[in-house]
Amino acid sequence: MSEDIYIVGINMIDFGRYPHRTPAQLGAEAALAALDEADIAIGDIQAVFSGSNYTTMIGQRILQQIGQTGVQIINLVNACSTGASAVRMGYVSMKAGEFDTVLCVGVEQMTGLGMLGSAAAGPIPTEGLLGSASMPAVFGESGMEYAAKTGATQADFAMVSVKNHHNATMNPKAFLRKETPLEMVLQAEEIAYPLTKLMCSINVDGAAAAVLMTEKKVRERGLMDRAIRIKGSAMASAPWSEHDPILHDVNTPTRIAAEKAYEMAGLGAEDIDLVELHDCFASVELQHYENLGLCGEGEGVRMIRTGESSLEGRIPVNVSGGLLSKGHPIAATGIANMYELVLHLRGQAGERQVGNARLGLAHVVGLGTSAAVHILEKP
Amino acid sequence: MSEISELPRPAFPFIEVRPNGEALLVAQRCTKCGATYADNARPACGRCGAREQDLELFHPQATGTLHSAVIVRRGYPGVPTPFISAVVDLDGGPTVKGTLRGVEFDPSEIQSGRRVKVEFNDALGRKDKDGNSYVAHHFEPA
Repeated sequence: MSEDIYIVGINMIDFGRYPHRTPAQLGAEAALAALDEADIAIGDIQAVFSGSNYTTMIGQRILQQIGQTGVQIINLVNACSTGASAVRMGYVSMKAGEFDTVLCVGVEQMTGLGMLGSAAAGPIPTEGLLGSASMPAVFGESGMEYAAKTGATQADFAMVSVKNHHNATMNPKAFLRKETPLEMVLQAEEIAYPLTKLMCSINVDGAAAAVLMTEKKVRERGLMDRAIRIKGSAMASAPWSEHDPILHDVNTPTRIAAEKAYEMAGLGAEDIDLVELHDCFASVELQHYENLGLCGEGEGVRMIRTGESSLEGRIPVNVSGGLLSKGHPIAATGIANMYELVLHLRGQAGERQVGNARLGLAHVVGLGTSAAVHILEKP
Repeated sequence: MSEISELPRPAFPFIEVRPNGEALLVAQRCTKCGATYADNARPACGRCGAREQDLELFHPQATGTLHSAVIVRRGYPGVPTPFISAVVDLDGGPTVKGTLRGVEFDPSEIQSGRRVKVEFNDALGRKDKDGNSYVAHHFEPA
Protein backbone atom coordinates (compact mmCIF):
# COMPACT_ATOMS: atom_id res chain seq x y z
CA MET A 1 0.00 0.00 0.00
CA SER A 2 1.48 3.30 -1.03
CA GLU A 3 1.82 6.26 1.31
CA ASP A 4 -0.99 8.64 2.17
CA ILE A 5 -0.85 12.05 0.49
CA TYR A 6 -1.49 15.28 2.41
CA ILE A 7 -2.24 18.91 1.69
CA VAL A 8 0.24 20.89 3.79
CA GLY A 9 -0.33 24.34 2.33
CA ILE A 10 -3.35 25.72 0.51
CA ASN A 11 -4.61 29.19 -0.28
CA MET A 12 -6.86 31.22 -2.54
CA ILE A 13 -6.55 34.90 -3.28
CA ASP A 14 -9.58 37.11 -2.63
CA PHE A 15 -11.65 36.46 -5.75
CA GLY A 16 -12.50 39.69 -7.58
CA ARG A 17 -11.51 42.04 -10.34
CA TYR A 18 -7.83 42.54 -11.08
CA PRO A 19 -7.70 44.22 -14.49
CA HIS A 20 -4.20 45.58 -13.86
CA ARG A 21 -2.60 42.28 -12.82
CA THR A 22 -1.59 39.35 -15.02
CA PRO A 23 -2.82 35.77 -14.54
CA ALA A 24 0.77 34.84 -13.62
CA GLN A 25 0.78 37.43 -10.84
CA LEU A 26 -2.51 36.11 -9.48
CA GLY A 27 -1.22 32.54 -9.57
CA ALA A 28 2.08 33.60 -7.99
CA GLU A 29 0.27 35.19 -5.06
CA ALA A 30 -1.70 32.00 -4.36
CA ALA A 31 1.35 29.75 -4.88
CA LEU A 32 3.57 31.77 -2.55
CA ALA A 33 0.89 31.75 0.15
CA ALA A 34 0.61 27.95 -0.15
CA LEU A 35 4.40 27.54 0.00
CA ASP A 36 4.60 29.80 3.07
CA GLU A 37 1.93 27.83 4.85
CA ALA A 38 3.83 24.61 4.11
CA ASP A 39 6.99 26.32 5.35
CA ILE A 40 8.89 25.37 2.19
CA ALA A 41 10.56 27.24 -0.70
CA ILE A 42 9.97 26.92 -4.44
CA GLY A 43 13.22 24.93 -4.58
CA ASP A 44 11.53 22.16 -2.58
CA ILE A 45 8.86 21.68 -5.26
CA GLN A 46 9.64 18.71 -7.52
CA ALA A 47 6.80 19.11 -10.01
CA VAL A 48 4.04 21.56 -10.85
CA PHE A 49 0.53 20.71 -12.03
CA SER A 50 -1.16 23.90 -13.14
CA GLY A 51 -4.25 24.87 -15.02
CA SER A 52 -5.97 27.73 -16.80
CA ASN A 53 -8.58 27.73 -19.52
CA TYR A 54 -7.76 31.18 -20.89
CA THR A 55 -3.97 31.47 -20.39
CA THR A 56 -1.54 29.04 -22.01
CA MET A 57 1.56 27.74 -20.17
CA ILE A 58 0.30 29.20 -16.90
CA GLY A 59 2.62 27.06 -14.73
CA GLN A 60 5.72 28.34 -16.51
CA ARG A 61 4.47 31.91 -16.30
CA ILE A 62 3.99 31.52 -12.53
CA LEU A 63 7.44 30.02 -11.98
CA GLN A 64 8.93 32.85 -14.02
CA GLN A 65 7.51 35.05 -11.24
CA ILE A 66 8.43 32.97 -8.18
CA GLY A 67 11.40 30.81 -9.14
CA GLN A 68 12.47 29.08 -12.36
CA THR A 69 13.78 25.84 -10.93
CA GLY A 70 13.56 23.79 -14.10
CA VAL A 71 11.14 21.22 -12.71
CA GLN A 72 8.48 19.39 -14.72
CA ILE A 73 5.38 21.50 -15.30
CA ILE A 74 2.19 20.07 -16.73
CA ASN A 75 -0.58 22.48 -17.68
CA LEU A 76 -4.13 21.22 -17.72
CA VAL A 77 -7.28 22.48 -19.41
CA ASN A 78 -10.35 20.68 -18.14
CA ALA A 79 -13.06 23.36 -17.99
CA CYS A 80 -14.39 23.97 -14.49
CA SER A 81 -12.70 20.82 -13.18
CA THR A 82 -9.22 22.14 -14.08
CA GLY A 83 -8.06 22.99 -10.55
CA ALA A 84 -9.28 19.69 -9.13
CA SER A 85 -7.64 17.92 -12.07
CA ALA A 86 -4.31 19.53 -11.12
CA VAL A 87 -4.65 18.17 -7.59
CA ARG A 88 -5.72 14.80 -8.92
CA MET A 89 -2.65 14.61 -11.20
CA GLY A 90 -0.37 15.71 -8.37
CA TYR A 91 -1.89 13.05 -6.15
CA VAL A 92 -1.49 10.33 -8.78
CA SER A 93 2.11 11.30 -9.55
CA MET A 94 2.97 11.00 -5.86
CA LYS A 95 1.12 7.70 -5.52
CA ALA A 96 3.30 6.50 -8.38
CA GLY A 97 6.25 7.25 -6.13
CA GLU A 98 7.96 9.73 -8.40
CA PHE A 99 7.66 12.84 -6.21
CA ASP A 100 7.23 13.67 -2.50
CA THR A 101 6.42 17.41 -2.80
CA VAL A 102 4.40 19.01 -5.61
CA LEU A 103 2.61 22.30 -6.26
CA CYS A 104 -0.88 22.43 -7.77
CA VAL A 105 -2.30 25.74 -8.95
CA GLY A 106 -5.32 27.00 -10.87
CA VAL A 107 -5.70 30.51 -12.28
CA GLU A 108 -8.30 32.34 -14.30
CA GLN A 109 -8.72 35.92 -15.37
CA MET A 110 -12.28 36.34 -16.55
CA THR A 111 -13.39 39.92 -16.03
CA GLY A 112 -15.25 41.07 -19.11
CA LEU A 113 -15.71 37.64 -20.68
CA GLY A 114 -19.50 37.86 -20.48
CA MET A 115 -21.73 34.80 -20.50
CA LEU A 116 -19.69 31.66 -21.02
CA GLY A 117 -20.48 28.93 -23.53
CA SER A 118 -19.77 28.99 -27.23
CA ALA A 119 -22.29 28.17 -29.89
CA ALA A 120 -21.52 25.26 -32.21
CA ALA A 121 -19.27 26.20 -35.10
CA GLY A 122 -20.83 26.29 -38.53
CA PRO A 123 -20.96 28.28 -41.73
CA ILE A 124 -23.44 30.67 -40.08
CA PRO A 125 -23.89 31.68 -36.42
CA THR A 126 -25.90 28.96 -34.68
CA GLU A 127 -26.99 30.67 -31.46
CA GLY A 128 -30.76 31.10 -31.56
CA LEU A 129 -31.11 28.37 -34.21
CA LEU A 130 -29.68 25.46 -32.25
CA GLY A 131 -31.35 26.70 -29.10
CA SER A 132 -28.79 28.36 -26.87
CA ALA A 133 -25.28 27.25 -25.98
CA SER A 134 -24.93 29.79 -23.16
CA MET A 135 -24.11 28.23 -19.80
CA PRO A 136 -27.24 29.65 -18.12
CA ALA A 137 -29.37 28.02 -20.85
CA VAL A 138 -27.52 24.71 -20.75
CA PHE A 139 -27.65 24.44 -16.96
CA GLY A 140 -31.21 25.76 -16.99
CA GLU A 141 -32.17 22.86 -19.28
CA SER A 142 -30.50 20.42 -16.90
CA GLY A 143 -32.41 22.06 -14.04
CA MET A 144 -35.72 21.80 -15.91
CA GLU A 145 -35.04 18.11 -16.50
CA TYR A 146 -34.54 17.73 -12.75
CA ALA A 147 -37.68 19.78 -12.03
CA ALA A 148 -39.78 17.55 -14.28
CA LYS A 149 -38.55 14.52 -12.37
CA THR A 150 -38.81 15.87 -8.82
CA GLY A 151 -41.35 18.70 -8.78
CA ALA A 152 -38.67 21.26 -7.91
CA THR A 153 -39.87 24.82 -8.49
CA GLN A 154 -38.07 28.00 -9.48
CA ALA A 155 -38.41 29.10 -5.84
CA ASP A 156 -36.63 25.93 -4.68
CA PHE A 157 -33.74 26.77 -6.97
CA ALA A 158 -33.77 30.38 -5.75
CA MET A 159 -33.51 29.24 -2.13
CA VAL A 160 -30.06 27.85 -2.94
CA SER A 161 -28.97 31.40 -3.80
CA VAL A 162 -30.53 32.74 -0.60
CA LYS A 163 -28.59 30.18 1.46
CA ASN A 164 -25.25 30.50 -0.30
CA HIS A 165 -25.30 34.28 -0.46
CA HIS A 166 -26.08 34.31 3.25
CA ASN A 167 -23.09 32.05 3.94
CA ALA A 168 -20.85 34.37 1.94
CA THR A 169 -21.58 37.27 4.29
CA MET A 170 -19.23 35.40 6.64
CA ASN A 171 -16.49 34.83 4.02
CA PRO A 172 -14.13 37.78 3.46
CA LYS A 173 -12.67 36.13 0.34
CA ALA A 174 -16.03 35.94 -1.46
CA PHE A 175 -16.81 38.45 -4.22
CA LEU A 176 -20.53 38.91 -3.51
CA ARG A 177 -21.21 39.39 0.17
CA LYS A 178 -24.77 40.46 0.72
CA GLU A 179 -28.01 38.91 1.81
CA THR A 180 -30.37 38.20 -1.09
CA PRO A 181 -33.89 37.45 0.18
CA LEU A 182 -36.02 35.09 -1.90
CA GLU A 183 -38.01 37.89 -3.53
CA MET A 184 -34.82 39.64 -4.60
CA VAL A 185 -33.47 36.46 -6.20
CA LEU A 186 -36.74 35.75 -8.03
CA GLN A 187 -37.15 39.34 -9.23
CA ALA A 188 -33.58 39.74 -10.48
CA GLU A 189 -33.09 39.93 -14.25
CA GLU A 190 -34.18 36.70 -15.89
CA ILE A 191 -31.24 35.27 -17.84
CA ALA A 192 -32.70 31.93 -18.94
CA TYR A 193 -35.86 30.85 -17.14
CA PRO A 194 -35.74 29.32 -14.55
CA LEU A 195 -32.46 31.10 -13.78
CA THR A 196 -32.27 34.75 -12.78
CA LYS A 197 -29.03 36.68 -12.56
CA LEU A 198 -28.73 35.99 -8.82
CA MET A 199 -28.93 32.25 -9.57
CA CYS A 200 -25.82 32.37 -11.78
CA SER A 201 -22.21 32.29 -10.57
CA ILE A 202 -20.11 35.34 -11.32
CA ASN A 203 -17.13 35.66 -13.66
CA VAL A 204 -14.22 36.88 -11.56
CA ASP A 205 -10.44 36.78 -11.54
CA GLY A 206 -8.94 34.34 -9.10
CA ALA A 207 -6.25 31.85 -8.22
CA ALA A 208 -5.81 29.04 -5.74
CA ALA A 209 -2.86 26.78 -4.98
CA ALA A 210 -2.01 23.75 -2.88
CA VAL A 211 1.20 22.01 -1.84
CA LEU A 212 0.92 18.21 -1.60
CA MET A 213 3.34 15.99 0.32
CA THR A 214 3.77 12.31 1.02
CA GLU A 215 3.30 11.15 4.62
CA LYS A 216 7.02 10.42 5.02
CA LYS A 217 7.92 13.93 3.90
CA VAL A 218 5.25 15.52 6.10
CA ARG A 219 6.70 13.77 9.15
CA GLU A 220 10.28 14.51 8.12
CA ARG A 221 9.47 18.24 7.93
CA GLY A 222 7.31 18.23 11.05
CA LEU A 223 4.18 19.48 9.26
CA MET A 224 1.59 17.07 10.65
CA ASP A 225 0.10 19.94 12.69
CA ARG A 226 -1.32 21.48 9.51
CA ALA A 227 -1.56 18.42 7.26
CA ILE A 228 -4.93 17.36 5.81
CA ARG A 229 -5.14 13.87 4.32
CA ILE A 230 -6.50 13.28 0.82
CA LYS A 231 -8.65 10.31 1.69
CA GLY A 232 -10.34 9.92 -1.68
CA SER A 233 -9.65 11.32 -5.16
CA ALA A 234 -11.66 10.37 -8.23
CA MET A 235 -12.74 11.75 -11.58
CA ALA A 236 -15.16 10.67 -14.28
CA SER A 237 -16.47 11.77 -17.66
CA ALA A 238 -19.99 11.38 -19.02
CA PRO A 239 -20.77 7.85 -20.15
CA TRP A 240 -23.06 7.45 -23.14
CA SER A 241 -26.66 8.34 -22.47
CA GLU A 242 -29.61 9.13 -24.66
CA HIS A 243 -29.35 12.91 -24.24
CA ASP A 244 -25.64 13.58 -23.72
CA PRO A 245 -24.06 15.66 -25.18
CA ILE A 246 -27.11 17.36 -26.76
CA LEU A 247 -28.16 18.00 -23.16
CA HIS A 248 -24.92 17.65 -21.19
CA ASP A 249 -25.19 15.12 -18.40
CA VAL A 250 -23.59 16.62 -15.27
CA ASN A 251 -25.27 14.06 -13.03
CA THR A 252 -23.81 10.69 -13.98
CA PRO A 253 -20.14 11.77 -13.99
CA THR A 254 -20.64 13.21 -10.51
CA ARG A 255 -22.24 9.97 -9.34
CA ILE A 256 -19.41 7.86 -10.73
CA ALA A 257 -16.68 10.06 -9.24
CA ALA A 258 -18.44 10.22 -5.86
CA GLU A 259 -18.92 6.48 -5.71
CA LYS A 260 -15.24 5.90 -6.48
CA ALA A 261 -14.09 8.48 -3.93
CA TYR A 262 -16.31 7.07 -1.17
CA GLU A 263 -15.04 3.58 -1.94
CA MET A 264 -11.42 4.73 -1.91
CA ALA A 265 -11.98 6.47 1.42
CA GLY A 266 -13.85 3.49 2.83
CA LEU A 267 -16.79 5.59 3.93
CA GLY A 268 -20.14 6.91 2.82
CA ALA A 269 -21.98 10.20 2.43
CA GLU A 270 -23.32 9.88 5.98
CA ASP A 271 -19.77 10.25 7.31
CA ILE A 272 -19.13 13.62 5.63
CA ASP A 273 -19.30 16.74 7.84
CA LEU A 274 -19.39 19.41 5.13
CA VAL A 275 -19.54 19.66 1.33
CA GLU A 276 -18.30 22.25 -1.14
CA LEU A 277 -20.03 21.39 -4.41
CA HIS A 278 -20.20 22.91 -7.86
CA ASP A 279 -23.07 25.42 -7.65
CA CYS A 280 -22.22 27.21 -10.91
CA PHE A 281 -25.99 27.74 -11.13
CA ALA A 282 -28.43 27.51 -8.24
CA SER A 283 -30.53 24.70 -9.72
CA VAL A 284 -27.67 22.26 -10.06
CA GLU A 285 -26.93 22.31 -6.33
CA LEU A 286 -30.13 20.33 -5.73
CA GLN A 287 -29.14 17.85 -8.43
CA HIS A 288 -25.77 17.33 -6.77
CA TYR A 289 -27.32 16.70 -3.32
CA GLU A 290 -28.69 13.57 -4.90
CA ASN A 291 -25.69 12.83 -7.12
CA LEU A 292 -23.35 12.93 -4.12
CA GLY A 293 -25.69 10.77 -2.05
CA LEU A 294 -26.36 13.48 0.53
CA CYS A 295 -30.04 12.44 0.35
CA GLY A 296 -32.18 9.88 -1.44
CA GLU A 297 -33.44 10.14 -5.02
CA GLY A 298 -35.84 13.03 -5.44
CA GLU A 299 -35.10 14.37 -1.94
CA GLY A 300 -32.92 17.32 -2.97
CA VAL A 301 -35.97 19.57 -2.88
CA ARG A 302 -36.71 18.59 0.70
CA MET A 303 -33.12 19.32 1.68
CA ILE A 304 -33.29 22.95 0.61
CA ARG A 305 -36.83 23.48 1.91
CA THR A 306 -36.04 22.18 5.40
CA GLY A 307 -32.60 23.74 5.75
CA GLU A 308 -30.72 20.44 5.91
CA SER A 309 -27.88 21.93 3.87
CA SER A 310 -27.62 25.21 5.81
CA LEU A 311 -24.68 25.97 8.09
CA GLU A 312 -26.69 24.73 11.07
CA GLY A 313 -28.23 21.81 9.17
CA ARG A 314 -27.60 18.09 8.96
CA ILE A 315 -24.99 18.41 6.21
CA PRO A 316 -23.79 21.97 5.54
CA VAL A 317 -23.24 22.62 1.83
CA ASN A 318 -21.27 25.52 0.38
CA VAL A 319 -20.71 27.34 3.66
CA SER A 320 -18.10 29.38 1.74
CA GLY A 321 -20.95 30.94 -0.21
CA GLY A 322 -20.27 28.63 -3.12
CA LEU A 323 -19.47 29.65 -6.66
CA LEU A 324 -22.66 31.72 -6.57
CA SER A 325 -21.01 34.12 -4.10
CA LYS A 326 -17.26 33.57 -4.17
CA GLY A 327 -17.28 33.97 -7.93
CA HIS A 328 -16.15 31.27 -10.31
CA PRO A 329 -12.67 31.74 -11.85
CA ILE A 330 -13.09 28.39 -13.48
CA ALA A 331 -9.62 26.81 -13.20
CA ALA A 332 -9.15 28.08 -9.63
CA THR A 333 -12.49 26.86 -8.31
CA GLY A 334 -11.54 23.22 -7.73
CA ILE A 335 -8.67 24.14 -5.40
CA ALA A 336 -10.67 26.95 -3.78
CA ASN A 337 -13.33 24.41 -2.83
CA MET A 338 -10.65 22.30 -1.13
CA TYR A 339 -9.27 25.40 0.60
CA GLU A 340 -12.66 25.91 2.25
CA LEU A 341 -12.70 22.33 3.51
CA VAL A 342 -9.17 22.64 4.90
CA LEU A 343 -10.14 25.76 6.87
CA HIS A 344 -12.96 23.86 8.54
CA LEU A 345 -10.95 20.70 9.15
CA ARG A 346 -8.31 22.83 10.87
CA GLY A 347 -10.90 24.82 12.81
CA GLN A 348 -9.89 28.09 11.13
CA ALA A 349 -13.15 29.06 9.40
CA GLY A 350 -14.17 31.78 11.85
CA GLU A 351 -17.87 32.54 12.23
CA ARG A 352 -18.89 30.10 9.51
CA GLN A 353 -16.97 27.20 11.12
CA VAL A 354 -18.74 23.85 10.92
CA GLY A 355 -18.45 22.35 14.40
CA ASN A 356 -16.18 19.32 14.87
CA ALA A 357 -15.55 18.93 11.15
CA ARG A 358 -13.40 15.89 10.48
CA LEU A 359 -14.30 14.91 6.92
CA GLY A 360 -15.10 17.16 3.97
CA LEU A 361 -16.05 16.54 0.34
CA ALA A 362 -15.08 18.85 -2.53
CA HIS A 363 -16.75 18.53 -5.93
CA VAL A 364 -16.54 20.26 -9.28
CA VAL A 365 -17.94 19.63 -12.74
CA GLY A 366 -16.47 20.85 -15.99
CA LEU A 367 -19.07 20.89 -18.72
CA GLY A 368 -18.29 18.63 -21.60
CA THR A 369 -18.03 16.73 -19.14
CA SER A 370 -15.60 16.07 -16.30
CA ALA A 371 -16.48 15.59 -12.63
CA ALA A 372 -14.02 15.46 -9.74
CA VAL A 373 -14.63 14.47 -6.13
CA HIS A 374 -12.05 14.73 -3.35
CA ILE A 375 -12.58 13.65 0.24
CA LEU A 376 -10.34 15.36 2.78
CA GLU A 377 -9.75 14.19 6.33
CA LYS A 378 -8.32 15.75 9.43
CA PRO A 379 -5.68 13.21 10.57
CA MET B 1 -14.83 33.52 -54.54
CA SER B 2 -16.96 30.42 -54.62
CA GLU B 3 -20.28 30.22 -56.46
CA ILE B 4 -23.44 30.95 -54.56
CA SER B 5 -25.50 27.76 -54.59
CA GLU B 6 -28.99 27.95 -56.03
CA LEU B 7 -30.54 25.87 -53.30
CA PRO B 8 -30.23 26.91 -49.66
CA ARG B 9 -27.71 24.78 -47.79
CA PRO B 10 -28.34 22.74 -44.63
CA ALA B 11 -27.31 24.69 -41.52
CA PHE B 12 -26.61 21.48 -39.59
CA PRO B 13 -25.36 17.96 -40.39
CA PHE B 14 -28.76 16.50 -39.48
CA ILE B 15 -30.59 18.41 -42.21
CA GLU B 16 -30.70 17.33 -45.86
CA VAL B 17 -31.86 19.50 -48.74
CA ARG B 18 -33.11 17.52 -51.74
CA PRO B 19 -32.56 18.75 -55.31
CA ASN B 20 -36.21 19.90 -55.43
CA GLY B 21 -35.55 22.14 -52.42
CA GLU B 22 -37.37 19.98 -49.91
CA ALA B 23 -35.68 19.84 -46.49
CA LEU B 24 -35.77 16.82 -44.23
CA LEU B 25 -33.99 15.41 -41.20
CA VAL B 26 -31.22 12.89 -41.52
CA ALA B 27 -29.51 10.98 -38.72
CA GLN B 28 -27.37 7.95 -37.97
CA ARG B 29 -28.37 4.76 -36.21
CA CYS B 30 -26.07 2.04 -34.89
CA THR B 31 -27.20 -1.30 -36.28
CA LYS B 32 -25.42 -3.09 -33.40
CA CYS B 33 -26.95 -1.35 -30.37
CA GLY B 34 -29.65 0.94 -31.76
CA ALA B 35 -28.19 4.23 -30.51
CA THR B 36 -29.15 7.22 -32.67
CA TYR B 37 -27.26 10.42 -33.44
CA ALA B 38 -28.17 13.81 -34.92
CA ASP B 39 -25.16 13.54 -37.19
CA ASN B 40 -24.19 12.25 -40.64
CA ALA B 41 -20.54 11.22 -40.57
CA ARG B 42 -19.56 9.60 -37.27
CA PRO B 43 -16.49 7.35 -37.22
CA ALA B 44 -18.05 5.03 -34.64
CA CYS B 45 -20.91 4.53 -32.20
CA GLY B 46 -20.44 6.44 -28.94
CA ARG B 47 -22.38 3.85 -27.02
CA CYS B 48 -20.95 0.48 -28.13
CA GLY B 49 -17.94 1.45 -30.23
CA ALA B 50 -19.22 -0.20 -33.43
CA ARG B 51 -17.39 1.22 -36.45
CA GLU B 52 -18.60 3.36 -39.31
CA GLN B 53 -19.74 0.44 -41.46
CA ASP B 54 -22.26 -0.52 -38.77
CA LEU B 55 -23.84 2.95 -38.72
CA GLU B 56 -26.74 3.56 -41.10
CA LEU B 57 -28.31 6.79 -42.25
CA PHE B 58 -32.05 7.18 -41.73
CA HIS B 59 -34.67 9.89 -41.90
CA PRO B 60 -36.05 10.57 -38.41
CA GLN B 61 -39.69 11.32 -37.80
CA ALA B 62 -40.65 14.97 -37.71
CA THR B 63 -42.53 14.54 -34.44
CA GLY B 64 -41.26 14.23 -30.92
CA THR B 65 -41.52 15.10 -27.24
CA LEU B 66 -40.13 18.11 -25.42
CA HIS B 67 -37.59 16.83 -22.92
CA SER B 68 -36.38 20.11 -21.46
CA ALA B 69 -36.46 23.80 -22.35
CA VAL B 70 -35.61 27.26 -21.06
CA ILE B 71 -36.74 30.76 -21.97
CA VAL B 72 -33.63 32.64 -23.05
CA ARG B 73 -33.88 36.31 -22.11
CA ARG B 74 -30.26 37.39 -22.24
CA GLY B 75 -28.45 36.37 -25.39
CA TYR B 76 -25.05 36.89 -26.87
CA PRO B 77 -24.44 40.23 -28.61
CA GLY B 78 -26.41 40.43 -31.85
CA VAL B 79 -28.70 37.49 -31.10
CA PRO B 80 -32.34 38.55 -30.75
CA THR B 81 -34.16 37.47 -27.58
CA PRO B 82 -36.34 36.14 -26.15
CA PHE B 83 -36.39 32.67 -27.65
CA ILE B 84 -36.96 29.20 -26.29
CA SER B 85 -34.03 26.79 -26.28
CA ALA B 86 -35.39 23.25 -26.39
CA VAL B 87 -34.14 19.68 -26.21
CA VAL B 88 -36.49 17.34 -28.08
CA ASP B 89 -36.57 13.55 -28.27
CA LEU B 90 -37.73 12.77 -31.80
CA ASP B 91 -39.99 9.72 -32.04
CA GLY B 92 -37.62 6.82 -32.69
CA GLY B 93 -34.62 9.10 -32.00
CA PRO B 94 -32.36 10.95 -32.02
CA THR B 95 -32.40 13.82 -29.50
CA VAL B 96 -32.12 17.20 -31.22
CA LYS B 97 -31.65 20.67 -29.84
CA GLY B 98 -33.34 23.66 -31.40
CA THR B 99 -35.61 26.61 -30.90
CA LEU B 100 -39.27 26.20 -29.98
CA ARG B 101 -41.50 28.68 -31.80
CA GLY B 102 -45.21 29.39 -31.89
CA VAL B 103 -45.75 29.53 -28.12
CA GLU B 104 -45.85 32.29 -25.51
CA PHE B 105 -42.73 33.03 -23.53
CA ASP B 106 -44.24 31.57 -20.41
CA PRO B 107 -43.09 28.72 -18.16
CA SER B 108 -46.43 26.94 -18.66
CA GLU B 109 -45.57 26.52 -22.36
CA ILE B 110 -42.36 24.59 -21.81
CA GLN B 111 -43.57 21.65 -19.78
CA SER B 112 -41.60 18.48 -20.25
CA GLY B 113 -43.54 15.88 -22.26
CA ARG B 114 -45.22 18.36 -24.61
CA ARG B 115 -45.67 17.03 -28.14
CA VAL B 116 -43.90 18.99 -30.85
CA LYS B 117 -43.20 18.78 -34.58
CA VAL B 118 -40.20 19.80 -36.65
CA GLU B 119 -40.49 22.59 -39.20
CA PHE B 120 -37.88 24.17 -41.43
CA ASN B 121 -37.03 27.85 -41.82
CA ASP B 122 -34.60 30.27 -43.48
CA ALA B 123 -32.14 30.26 -40.55
CA LEU B 124 -33.25 33.76 -39.48
CA GLY B 125 -32.04 34.95 -42.89
CA ARG B 126 -28.42 34.37 -41.91
CA LYS B 127 -25.97 33.97 -44.79
CA ASP B 128 -22.36 32.81 -44.88
CA LYS B 129 -19.51 35.04 -46.01
CA ASP B 130 -20.07 34.02 -49.64
CA GLY B 131 -23.73 34.97 -49.46
CA ASN B 132 -25.21 31.48 -49.41
CA SER B 133 -28.62 30.97 -47.83
CA TYR B 134 -29.33 28.24 -45.30
CA VAL B 135 -32.11 26.00 -44.06
CA ALA B 136 -32.46 25.44 -40.32
CA HIS B 137 -35.03 23.60 -38.22
CA HIS B 138 -37.27 24.65 -35.36
CA PHE B 139 -39.96 23.06 -33.24
CA GLU B 140 -43.63 23.98 -33.01
CA PRO B 141 -46.44 22.57 -30.89
CA ALA B 142 -47.84 19.45 -32.60
